[in-house]
Amino acid sequence: MPSPTLAETPTVAPERPAARATTRSGRKAIPFEQANRRLKWALLSPALGFVALMIIFPLVFTLNLSLTDAFGAVNANNTYIGLQNFIDALTDTRRFWPAVWRTVYFTVGAVLLQTVLGLALAMLMRKAFRGMEIVRTILMVPLLATPVAIGILWLLILDPTNGIANHLLGFVGIPPQEFLGSVSQSLPTLMLIDVWQWTPMMTILLLAGLSTLPEEPEEAALMDGANAWQRFRYIILPMLRTTLLTALVLRGVDALKTFDIIYATKGPGGGSAFEAETLNVYAYGLTFDYQEYGLASAVLVLFTIFIVAVVVLLRRRTGRTSA
Amino acid sequence: MTMPPIRRRHGAAERSLSRGAGPVAPAKHALTRRSFGALVAATAGAATLSACSPGPRTADPNAPLRIMAINHVWSQAIAEHLPEFEDLVGRRVSMRLLTADQLSNSYNVKLNASATDIDVMMVRALQEQILFTRNGWLADLTDRVEGDAAYDWTDFQEAPRERSVTADKVVSVPIVTERPALYYRKDLLEDFGGAPATLEEMLEISLELADRNNGFFGYVGRGQRSGAVTQWSSFLYSFGGDFTVDGASGIGTPEAIAAYEFYGRLLAETGPPGVTNMSLEQAMPIFAQGKAAFYIDADAIYSNFLDPGISTVIEEVGFAPFPAGPAGSVPHNIPSWSLGINRFSLLQDDAWEFIRWISGPEMVARLQAAGIPGARQSAWDDSATLASFPNDLAESMRINAENGKGTDRPDVIQVGRARDIVGRPLVAGITGAAVPPVAADADAEFADFLIRDNRQREF
Repeated sequence: MPSPTLAETPTVAPERPAARATTRSGRKAIPFEQANRRLKWALLSPALGFVALMIIFPLVFTLNLSLTDAFGAVNANNTYIGLQNFIDALTDTRRFWPAVWRTVYFTVGAVLLQTVLGLALAMLMRKAFRGMEIVRTILMVPLLATPVAIGILWLLILDPTNGIANHLLGFVGIPPQEFLGSVSQSLPTLMLIDVWQWTPMMTILLLAGLSTLPEEPEEAALMDGANAWQRFRYIILPMLRTTLLTALVLRGVDALKTFDIIYATKGPGGGSAFEAETLNVYAYGLTFDYQEYGLASAVLVLFTIFIVAVVVLLRRRTGRTSA
Repeated sequence: MTMPPIRRRHGAAERSLSRGAGPVAPAKHALTRRSFGALVAATAGAATLSACSPGPRTADPNAPLRIMAINHVWSQAIAEHLPEFEDLVGRRVSMRLLTADQLSNSYNVKLNASATDIDVMMVRALQEQILFTRNGWLADLTDRVEGDAAYDWTDFQEAPRERSVTADKVVSVPIVTERPALYYRKDLLEDFGGAPATLEEMLEISLELADRNNGFFGYVGRGQRSGAVTQWSSFLYSFGGDFTVDGASGIGTPEAIAAYEFYGRLLAETGPPGVTNMSLEQAMPIFAQGKAAFYIDADAIYSNFLDPGISTVIEEVGFAPFPAGPAGSVPHNIPSWSLGINRFSLLQDDAWEFIRWISGPEMVARLQAAGIPGARQSAWDDSATLASFPNDLAESMRINAENGKGTDRPDVIQVGRARDIVGRPLVAGITGAAVPPVAADADAEFADFLIRDNRQREF
């Protein structure tokens, strides 16, 4: 049988990419990998949906409420009043702006003190010493107690009449103080309580940062005759800056939101002259004491914007430093 | 033959799968965009539906009757009697005790979500009742209380009974009443002829007995802006003032200013340091520890001064009626705590049975005999129910009840905000600032507040 000529050779159709499968109804089906990828998202979607719901729903709900005149009950017939609540809050010089100032004052004062003390303690505890584990355990104690218990404890200690603090001050000739009972001393006293509770946290964070630093630069500086302060200022501090800023962000955001200690010691409104009323305490009072849900939501939205702005600013600073 | 439902559902699922599968092998495992979307939508829908499902609208026969109450001597006393009621109604009773603020916040959170897991609510008629009624959270009890001869609604004292009514409906039943009592040190007052009859006399003695440098005070009382308002109300009334006069603010009147200045001077010149941070919890221990000559607060807390675990003045403490001011002795006589029914409760009949039982003539007499002052006149007329109170306290309670006014705070929807406004001149007086300018400012703010309150009352 003669071999077929080239011309006669049956042409084999070139292999084409597999045509996309079609369903019976004619719609294009999705290949396995793609389907698998989508199935993964489908299976993840309940969990993702739940998380999104828990974050997005309260945010959207609060934002929506902040645009209404909601009062008394959130499910009442509320009327949309645009940005009136925001205008009311931002023009309120009796409660809102003083609360903003106190929030900033409390946060900056408390966090700076905690940072300085925390860094000092971390430097002291950097090198192992006898009894270090015991000291570290004792340092952790304030962190373990609940804020309300701490508030009540300090209320008893600082009670102007029956508290132990004034008895101790009497031994060194200092006249009795009113502490939390005084309009002018309340916020500084609360800052000191916060410092007492959270300095250990700063110490632990900075101690962790210090333990990761290389020893060579410090040893080289020592060889060059740098004293302890110079080694700290020019070697350790710059190398620790990223850890320091991260600790500041964490503690700063937490301090901005402080509520329980203030409420436990000063009660509603942060005291009789609103002397310890921070934004968080103010928003709580608007919600639960005044039932002004619309205005409270507007204050919370402004507070959230404020916190996010602080975090973004600090994060940018951290980013620049690490770069 | 019809397929059993379960097979039908299975078949439907198979059809749905085969519809998604194509003739080419890999497509067997493929999803169309539409079916993918449908899957996501179905999941989200199911989650939403299950979350938003209204749930059963009838009560489970085994569900307990849920009572939310304040941690109070009344709640502790009734806890012993609850098994009796459980036997009567054939349903388990579950009582949750919270502090006053926690209780109020729990109502706000739960009832904003129309929660059905509260049946009986312990409420402060003067603090929350108007707001809760406006919100539609309290069930109407008018027919229940008035249509029951054995319950005898008219037996309740007039002032507390009137306070149970909001928007022409009875929405709560008073269970504990309260008046201010003058607690004083009998041993120190012997030379002064006993308890003072007037406020002026009390101030003079306080000034004379106070030795503040050595930790002894003439008078101790509440000084917190909001917390002090209720106790200050008796001073205000006794000076001839009121929170509102003909619907307008009354806190700028000469009578109110005189009351502010008097209370401020009493605490500023004879009281303990840090008094503006003091409410009941801080002020009471100072008198109980023997560090003050006078203390005015609710008569319901008298047992603290007779408790050896708290008090060092058990033998020395005396009880007297509220001293007279320029307008006489006009203390408050209020229903401090009442019971209502959650309008969303699925056990409203059982909840009413509980209220009917616990606030009935017999039980109120039993509780009053155990030292908890109730609101029924029949109990007050029965001297046996007063036997548990010290004689001078029982007498002061009787006199204060006769002279008393039915409220101790502004009668408004937002009581918390009103107390904050009214309390500002009080704090000014205590801290030694000039009262008239602060009172004028607070008066203007309170006037605006009352206009808004009137508008919001249209419910």
